This record gives sequence, structure tokens and C-alpha cells, in this order.
Amino acid sequence: MAKQSGFLATLGFARDPGAPVPHRKNTSASATEVMPVPATVTIAMSMHIGAPCTPCVKPKDHVDVGTVIGSSPAFMSALIHSSVSGTVKKVDSILMPNGSKTQAVVIDTDGQQTLDPSLKAPEINSKEDFLEAVKASGLVGLGGAGFPAHIKLNPATPVDILCINGAECEPYITADEHEFLENYENVIYGITQVRKYLGVEKVLIGIEGNKPGAIALMKEKTAEYDYISVVTLPARYPQGAEKVLIDQMTDRQVPPGKLPADVGTVVMNVASIGFLGGYLKDGIPLTTKRVTVDGSAITTPKNVRVLIGTPIKDIIDFCGGYKETPAKLISGGPMMGIALMTDDFPVLKQNNAFLAFNEKDAKSFEPTSCIRCGRCVDACPMNLMPTKLEDGVLFKDVEILKEYGVMNCMECGCCAFVCPANRKLVHAMKLGKMYVREAGQ
Amino acid sequence: MNNKLIVSTSPHISSPVKTRNLMLDVIIALMPALVASVIFFGPRAILIEAVSVATCVVCEYICRKIMKRENTIGDLSAVVTGLLLAFNLPSSVPIYVPIIGGGVAIVVAKQMFGGIGQNFVNPALFARIVLMNSFPTLMTTWWAAGNFGADTTATASILANIKAGAEVGYTYLDAFLGNVPGCLGETSALAILIGGIYLICRKVIKPVIPLVYIVTVFVLSAILGLDPLMQILAGGLFIGAFFMATDYVTSPLTVKGKIIYALAMGVMTTLIRRFASLPEGVSYSILLLNIIVPLIERKTVPLPFGAVKEPKKAKEESK
Repeated sequence: MAKQSGFLATLGFARDPGAPVPHRKNTSASATEVMPVPATVTIAMSMHIGAPCTPCVKPKDHVDVGTVIGSSPAFMSALIHSSVSGTVKKVDSILMPNGSKTQAVVIDTDGQQTLDPSLKAPEINSKEDFLEAVKASGLVGLGGAGFPAHIKLNPATPVDILCINGAECEPYITADEHEFLENYENVIYGITQVRKYLGVEKVLIGIEGNKPGAIALMKEKTAEYDYISVVTLPARYPQGAEKVLIDQMTDRQVPPGKLPADVGTVVMNVASIGFLGGYLKDGIPLTTKRVTVDGSAITTPKNVRVLIGTPIKDIIDFCGGYKETPAKLISGGPMMGIALMTDDFPVLKQNNAFLAFNEKDAKSFEPTSCIRCGRCVDACPMNLMPTKLEDGVLFKDVEILKEYGVMNCMECGCCAFVCPANRKLVHAMKLGKMYVREAGQ
Repeated sequence: MNNKLIVSTSPHISSPVKTRNLMLDVIIALMPALVASVIFFGPRAILIEAVSVATCVVCEYICRKIMKRENTIGDLSAVVTGLLLAFNLPSSVPIYVPIIGGGVAIVVAKQMFGGIGQNFVNPALFARIVLMNSFPTLMTTWWAAGNFGADTTATASILANIKAGAEVGYTYLDAFLGNVPGCLGETSALAILIGGIYLICRKVIKPVIPLVYIVTVFVLSAILGLDPLMQILAGGLFIGAFFMATDYVTSPLTVKGKIIYALAMGVMTTLIRRFASLPEGVSYSILLLNIIVPLIERKTVPLPFGAVKEPKKAKEESK
């Protein structure tokens, strides 16, 4: 996203990318509550980008917190650990929110939360040790993408800037804000370690201006590190999108089809770095996650630390249950989150929020004709022309889709949000990408 | 949980600004000009405006019925077209003129091409040009401001006076306030400006198109030896720049395209006023530029984020 052009954009002489989404950070002041251990957890074997893991436990096996229960020999994958102590009930195939099926390990908990005896703080003397430790931690990008961290932290090209993504631009979600407020020591420790083994010169912590508490705290706590700066980002969606964040903080633009490392940067979500800092101290792998529970159908919106694999309905019960009949349940934020068909799904590593909306808020408007107002073109952080791309989709014209760069779309939803005609533009972009992929084969 | 959940693609929230709100804002923005038209041209102005709006809405309703499509009169775009058409008529026209105009605008220019969002030219302007060519005398018979129809003597408009080399006959203040002969809604630059600023404040339009258009006319008029201030205040430039040229459907989507479009309209308007046989060129300029909008758009597609411009040579070779 080209940075805010201010006055010129107001006059219309420059684009004004992004969307004026409401913030609704209702849980900003809610300190994280730890949820009790649920009766059973269902741990999916695919909580990352890459090859799913194969379960390495069988029914009736005893597992402890941190016992490896899934692994894969593939390069692009991440280990999966038990989040509880208890007995494996079954290994089953479950439905994932995106409609695919994956293996999952269902564990009956014993409530003891005994740590696996093999767990200990990793001993790190070299970059190889460090990457091995990251791999053993099971860390994936916790911002939502689920990219395996040991691959991200071993870039092919040299990097000089580490960006910590604490923008949290999605409405409602305050889990990352609370990572800063409640876990800043581990965040900073994680930063020092990544810097040491990755050899970056500069670390930039980006936080949107609507979180002054987190900004002030991080400024104070990082004052002694001359290589860390806290950057106040404009509170405008989609500030936390990786390419947008890099552009805003470093003035470097990641070209289409390239990775942040290609412009010498690595981006880590604050929850990822906070977890890593803690792991390097105590050796407990990724077994819990802080999630924001909010929305008009939730009785008491809260930030909750939950065990991975906890059924969503248990979390909602912990937040007082539904106060109204939920009409829509979203995993993630309202701009990019996935609508779930049931609250039986278990928590995944990369989940950061669950939002339940009543019928009024879940209502979606019928699309009307495009009036070519150009709001989508103005709002697209990737400089695309969504309305033209929608034409390409309607006519199934792969040439138009390629010419107007559909593959650059990151599905942030700015276009659909601002559309006065309620066009389902993100839906069209997803279809458009599919058409292009199909045509390429 | 017993009930079924709604599953849909993200995003799950949307901006409260909808097509209908935008059209309503345009209607509100046209109200100062409507008031000015009544002040300067009397109750007959209201009659013409009402007939024009009613014709447009009825035509839209009938068209959609015949085509068996969902009815779109609720989006208020037909009301906007009706108002703009009436604002482009002299107070002296017989009542059948706005009726024919409204029919042409909605049936021919808008619905035959698929309705809202599909028209390739501004319907109100298209109708005005059809009327200009069908009823050249009726469409240029101006009653002086303040003459509510009691006296049917025609007077010449400012631009016609300038064209004929005659005395302008009016002060800048007259032209700014609208106390001059002209079409119903175009005479008062002040009223249009108030409406335009309202649209800008409500973020319905951005100033780029009107600003570039008006400044281009001003500068080029000065270069060509015309009185630049009178050129921008007289005639239909303000209503054209703020309400017609900014029409979403018929203006380019890209920033660069909008600048080129407005600049070209400014040049064309001034050239028509200075060199062609017509005294006024706003309608024709906008209409012609409407037609080449797809071309402008194709040539101004923005580069995707982070993409580097191809070197010029390679680009030319690929042509």
C-alpha cells in the first residue's frame, strides 16, 4: 500500500489505499484470562502452510504437555505437540474450516497438565542450533498465515531488518495488543535472539496508533536497545498486511510474487516472537494461544489463553456463552476471517480471534449493479482494479484477469468493504485466481 | 447449537455508504441550485424540474418492468438524472421538452445499455444534446433572470454575447450569483459551488476533476485572450464540472485517467467557446470525453504494488 498521501489523496490527485474500517477494540482493557483445561482436545495435523503432519501416537497412548504427536518429513511443515496431558482417545479425520479434511488426534485430558519429561530449554551455540530449536518448538506464523517459522528464519538472501508486526489492524481483535502488554519481556528476549542468529542490524516494532498503551510500554522497555525502534503506524486497515507493513516501516516494496526476504526484511508477528522468546527460556513448545472472543452474540467479550485443540464452543461457554442466537461465527477478524459452519471446530495454532454475530450484524446485503464509482480502485492496497477483475471473472476471461494482475490480490477485503453496490469482490478475486491457476495447468 | 450459521466469503462487515446514500447526497447537493433556479426564474422552474424528474422515474420504472428486471427506481439515480436534465433547460421551454428529454435520457441513454452503471454517456447530457439538436430555438431562448415568464422577450446569454463580440452586459457578481440568463440550474456558480463543496465534504466526489477542468478553462481562456474569470463563471462550466463530469459511470476509474479526462475537457470546452460556431462547449466536451473514457482507462491502469515499470523501449516494442 502506497503510504498515506494525505492532502493529495483528499483532493483526489493520489490514490487513498486502505479502508476506513471501524476499530471496535472492545476487549482492549480485558487482561487475558486462562481457560481451564477442557475435557477433550482435538489437535489437527494441518495448522500450517505446507505438508500436513502424520500422527505419531495411537489410541490409548499417554501423552504429556509438549509430547510430539504429529510430524512430517517434508521440508515445508511444522511439528505438532500435545497441548494437554491425558490419553489419546482416537486418531480421526476431521473437517477443517476451509472445507478440507485432515487427520486429528483427539485426547481425553487428565487435568494434570504434566509436562513431558524430555522438555528442556534449548541449548543454543550456533545459528544451526537456533533453527533446530525453532523447528522443535512447532512455531508457525501466528498472525494467521501459519508459515513455518524455522523456514522463515532461514532466508535464502541476507536480511538486515526484522519487522515485528503488532499492527493488529483487524477490527475487534486485541490479542496482539495483550501480547505486548502482558508478555513484553519474552517479546524483547525473542527479538534479541533472532537478531543475534539472523544477523539483522535493525529491529522495527510496528504498532497502530490506536494502541497508545502498548506503544508507550514498548518504547520504555526497548529504550536500552539502540537497534530496536517502536514505530507508530497509522491506524488504517490493512496496515498489518505484510507488504503494506514493510513499505510503511522500511520504504521497501516487495515486488509481486516475491518474499519479504527479497528486499532484506523478515516480518514476524508479535505473538510469534513473544512465544519464541518464552520457548528459548523454558523449552515449552507451542501449545497455547491467546484469542479474542467478541461480537454481538457473545455474553462477555474477553481475551482468553486457550489450549490448542480446545473446541470453540467451550471457549464461548467460558465467555458466558451466546447471549443471542449466533447467525455467523468467524475465525479471525471480520475483514479476512473465515466464516465457520459450526462451533465444534478446534482451536488451531494460527487462530487469533473468534467472533460471533447476531442476525442483524451477520446480515449481508444483496449486490446491486456496479456504478463504477472507483472506490475499490482507490482502496486497493495492491494498486489493482477490483471492478475490472470482477468483469474478468464474470466473463471467465483469463487474459483480463492476468492483465489486471489478479494474482497480486491478497484478499484483504478493502474493495468489498467500500463497495456501495455490495459487490462480492473478494469472492470474485478468489474465483479469478482459481481460473488463472486452472488455465496455467 | 441448533441453528444454522451463515457462511460467506470475507469481509463480514461493510461500509454504510451505499448507492442510494450516494445518490441522495447528490440530490441534496443539487438543492442550492434548485433554490437559485426558483429565485431567478420563478415557479416555472419548479414545474420543469418536477416534470423532468417524474418523467425519468416513470420511464425507469416502465423500462425495468418491460425488461423484467428488478426495479431500480429506489436507488434514486433516475431522480438525479431528472434534476440534472431540468437544470440544463431554459426556463422558457414548453413542458413537452423535459418529457421528451427525460424519455431520451432514461430509455435511450441509460436503460437500453443495461441500466445504472452501464450507460456510456451521461444520460442527462445526452438528452440535452438531443434536445439542442431537435429544438435549437427552444433550447436557446433565454428569459432574463427575474423574468418569470410574464414577458416572452428573449435575451442573449453571456457567452452568446461574447461570441458575437457584443458587450457582456453583466458583472462578475451577477454571473457568480446567477442573476443572468441561462439554463435553470447552471446560472448560479455560487449555488453549484455550495453543492460541490457538500459533495466533497461527504466524500461523494473528490475535487480532482472539477478543479482540473475549471483551472484548465481559466488558464487556456487567458492564453487565448478571453476574459478567464467570466469564462468560468458564465455558462454551464460549474454544473458541468461538479455534477456532470464527476458522474461515476462515465468518468475514468484511475487517478491518472481522471486528470487526463478533466484536462482534455477543459481544453475542448475552451476551444469550442473560442473557435467553434457554438457559444458554449461544456456539454459536447463532456460527452465526447465520456465516449473515450474506456480508452483513457486502458492506458492508465496502475502498476501493481511493488512492480517496476518496464523500460520505455521494451514497452514500445511490445506495442
